[in-house]
Amino acid sequence: MTAPASAATAAGCAAPDQAAPLPASIDLEKETVITGVVRSAQGDAVPGAYVRLLDSTGEFTAEVVTSPAGQFRFFAAPGNWTLRALSRHGNGDAAVTAGRGVHEVPVTVTD
Amino acid sequence: MSRDTALVSAEWAEKNLDAPGVVFVEVDEDTSAYDTGHIAGAIKLDWKTDLQDPVRRDFVNKAQFEALLSERGISNDDTVILYGGNNNWFAAYAYWYFKLYGHREVKLLDGGRKKWELDARPLVTDAVTRPATQYVAQEPDNSIRAFRDEVVAAIGTKNLVDVRSPDEYAGRLLAPAHLPQEQAQRGGHIPTAISVPWSKAANEDGTFKSDDELRKIYGDAGLDDGKETIAYCRIGERSSHSWFVLQELLGHPNVKNYDGSWTEYGSLIGVPIVLGDEPGEA
Repeated sequence: MTAPASAATAAGCAAPDQAAPLPASIDLEKETVITGVVRSAQGDAVPGAYVRLLDSTGEFTAEVVTSPAGQFRFFAAPGNWTLRALSRHGNGDAAVTAGRGVHEVPVTVTD
Repeated sequence: MSRDTALVSAEWAEKNLDAPGVVFVEVDEDTSAYDTGHIAGAIKLDWKTDLQDPVRRDFVNKAQFEALLSERGISNDDTVILYGGNNNWFAAYAYWYFKLYGHREVKLLDGGRKKWELDARPLVTDAVTRPATQYVAQEPDNSIRAFRDEVVAAIGTKNLVDVRSPDEYAGRLLAPAHLPQEQAQRGGHIPTAISVPWSKAANEDGTFKSDDELRKIYGDAGLDDGKETIAYCRIGERSSHSWFVLQELLGHPNVKNYDGSWTEYGSLIGVPIVLGDEPGEA
């Protein structure tokens, strides 16, 4: 067996490591990646924040926990999405209209 | 079953960390979460390496479940309090296993890891070991587990509840959006299944909504109280969460979790699939 480590993750609903580089198996011509860093109002990265991806109707689609550097990443589909972050330092939202490829979306949380 | 017997609050949990006969168990997809900090005294179960058979596509059988719980130091008389990340998805999955194998006292920690962390309650990194036990499981209670043939037979006759996100239901996504989308199975949903995303049952902090709110959500979605119900998602963990809501919180009888879920159904040859946002016809 030489399956990459990511295969085990993709087989379940396991939350992948948010700081890991995109696996080589990810085809960015097919995937819509929404990624970014959660920061406090002072500009500090917020690790351990809960970031959820909401669809165009506001319905929950997925949730991840930010890495030690505050990073998050979703694999969505083209369309309009909202990011919502919850943390001990406050909450925050950001909207994105995404096509295929990688989209960097910062999220700021405030009390 | 009801909220009082199936659920404990974070407040209750923090006061009962050292209570005799109470065992806290963290169930995570991502075991590094436990290693970076867990509730004091809690042991860890890995939903995949501990709860899935390493070879066959199935979860652990009775003997494997007995061996696991014995080795981790859980006895038949213990009250097991399950919690975890992902809004308790995998804790609910484990709860369903514990029920399937007849454990008497098992409860979910409302809000799981998220609520505990957002409340800034203490987490520790101490290694936890418990003396081994001689755990004896019951024969699997398949009244709470649905298999593929009965799912196909349920089209147009029983309540089928698809608890995935609306985009997965419609076939626009093939997996939850924290995962890459390239998957072997076809997209869409089982004909006549209603869409009630698991997330509708939970507040933002991961706690369950009130019984009145939950009844309204399933009622508005068209769940027929007079029929048996089968819940499914992609791999059976989110549908364990909704199974927990329907059977353990709201007390619906005859609710099954289809743990094969969409990874199995969407790979079957010849079964009907509906694309789009409507349930479709039988």
